[in-house]
Amino acid sequence: MKIHEYQAKEIFAAAGIPVPQGRVASTPAEVVEIAEEIGRPVMVKAQVHVGGRGKAGGIQYAENLEAARVWAQKIIGMDLKGLKVNKVLITEAADILTECYVGIIIDRASKAPVIMVSPAGGIDIEEVAAKTPEKIFKLAVDPTVGLKAYQARDLASKLYKDIKLVRQAADVLMKLYDVYWKIDASLVEINPLITTPDGKVVALDAKINIDDNGLFRQKAVADMRDIQAEEPAEVEAREGDLSFVKLSGNIGCIVNGAGLAMATMDLVKHYGGDPANFLDIGGSSNPQKVLTAMRIILSDTNVRAILINIFGGITRCDDVANGIVMAYEELKPEVPIVVRLTGTNEDKAKKILKSTKLEFGKTLDDVVKRAIELSEAEITV
Amino acid sequence: MSILINKKTKVIVQGITGRDGSFHAQQMKKYGTNIVGGVTPGKGGTKVSGIPVFNTVAEAVKATKANTSVIYVPPSFAVDAVYEAADAGIKLIVCITEGVPANDMLKVYDYIKDKDVRMVGPNCPGLISPDQSKVGIMPGNICKKGPIGVVSRSGTLTYEAIWALTCADLGQTTCIGIGGDQIIGTNFIDVLQMFEDDSATKAVVMIGEIGGSDEEEAAKFVKRKMTKPVVGFIAGRTAPPGKRMGHAGAIISGGSGTAKEKVEALNAAGIPVAASPTELPVYIKEKLEKAKAKAKAKGPAKTKKAKTASKKKTSAKKKTAGKSSAKRKK
Repeated sequence: MKIHEYQAKEIFAAAGIPVPQGRVASTPAEVVEIAEEIGRPVMVKAQVHVGGRGKAGGIQYAENLEAARVWAQKIIGMDLKGLKVNKVLITEAADILTECYVGIIIDRASKAPVIMVSPAGGIDIEEVAAKTPEKIFKLAVDPTVGLKAYQARDLASKLYKDIKLVRQAADVLMKLYDVYWKIDASLVEINPLITTPDGKVVALDAKINIDDNGLFRQKAVADMRDIQAEEPAEVEAREGDLSFVKLSGNIGCIVNGAGLAMATMDLVKHYGGDPANFLDIGGSSNPQKVLTAMRIILSDTNVRAILINIFGGITRCDDVANGIVMAYEELKPEVPIVVRLTGTNEDKAKKILKSTKLEFGKTLDDVVKRAIELSEAEITV
Repeated sequence: MSILINKKTKVIVQGITGRDGSFHAQQMKKYGTNIVGGVTPGKGGTKVSGIPVFNTVAEAVKATKANTSVIYVPPSFAVDAVYEAADAGIKLIVCITEGVPANDMLKVYDYIKDKDVRMVGPNCPGLISPDQSKVGIMPGNICKKGPIGVVSRSGTLTYEAIWALTCADLGQTTCIGIGGDQIIGTNFIDVLQMFEDDSATKAVVMIGEIGGSDEEEAAKFVKRKMTKPVVGFIAGRTAPPGKRMGHAGAIISGGSGTAKEKVEALNAAGIPVAASPTELPVYIKEKLEKAKAKAKAKGPAKTKKAKTASKKKTSAKKKTAGKSSAKRKK
């Protein structure tokens, strides 16, 4: 799960990591009010779940209240890489001497949280990593012992020469590591971590991703979820306990298991079709899930055919069949549906589905090819 | 022959009185798995489908001499279940549970890595050695005994691949789902090494998916160390980008873990990658025939030599395997 910069900064501030003074706003009037409170030039920063906000025009400098109002009007409601901006963060504009990068991420290869720091922080950090990897310093932290103070100092000394700055940055790293563990993060990132002319180290930006598997014990963080910032269909899917990602094609896919769902999509593409989505109904075989899945897919007007591919293991085919019948009665789909049900209780499922106009296929390849045919036939009609 | 589990494997089920645990305990027993007990705190002394239930893993091990445990407890208890199994002397822990926090798994991995215990999973379908034993949730009826080893990060996609093999009359030594989570106890390389060392396994099917760099590492391993043919499948060729984790994701893997990169890495190691699971048997048969032809060309006397040579190699490999785990400790 992603949270916004202003939420991440609230978490940082509570942990004692220095962040610029500021608050979030959703109207130009609020923006002006906050800018007045700050009493200095401010930054107006779009709060959307996308990287590269600055380059896309979502982060602006406002010298005075009038400028803050004008930028607020422009940014609130704007489309930023396909996402609508509903909120902006207003922070005091800092004087920047240097820009560094610090981040902590879970690393599957070393099976540890890895801290990364670079003196070459800022908007081009990915390029820095690709072209000059020697400017990125990494440390795998022992997950049982945690980050040791000397290790934090070591890393901080890769960023600064001045011992006063090194101490401040080391303190930021220790606190950042604490935050990482305490909130079940999969990523915490400060880019840039800046120094100011008066010798302060400050987190100018903040990014936190939370491990979805940890949310059950992170109520406060889970409540930070901004549903308005997400695709509505994806919200419905999550609430129905489905994994769903909308794509741009015209063949709706309903599959059990993420790997098989991806493989089914791949095969659609392989045979010349275009998948409309990724949808995994998961391991349990609740008919309600199938109904929700069908509703989500049918709400996509691009969809010309639906492909249902179930390999029953824990998932029982008859349960899925019951869900399909429910969906048929409730949603009355007009697009053709091709089904393949294999595995646990396959025969029962076929009996249940006899009354519907569904087409059956035996193998994965068969149903994929048939779904593509149907999707194309529909277009020419 | 098989890897990790066979007829003699004595299995206990942690979480046996739960909905999933009781159902699958029954299924495993029906398949012929030697299920010797179950564990649920507070339910000791009762029975589930005739299987005795114990309060703790230690009690269960003492009474039954179990060497393997399969875990079906909810995510908030799964980590403790692994610790308990490891402390009670279980040698193979198979964690089926989905949704275990990744940072918890970091600590678990750190705890068990120096012990004489192997963990498979979490978030995995478990493993099956056809006609011998099944530990986990894979449907037994799609498998068939034979010479192919199957290792996969996926669940149902694994079934699809196994089914394709079985339909093509290619049975399996062992099928193992290592789990789709970021932090897992057993990776591709561990399993590939076991298949290489298992005399009954003649070829291996490896099923990967996007994310991370495990497939790339496995490809390097196959090229350097494996004499047996490997055929691959990678799911997620059409997955949209943008699911990665900010800047750090790209930085840490030195790439982005896309299907394209993985397919290229596999091909570079001489591993053909099937476009559909139904293509897997075609590639396997090709590879097996080539291997047969090679063996024939060498003649019977040479094969014997090759055998002893491969034995020597195996012991050398064991050493390197030890080294690589030492590396990980760093």
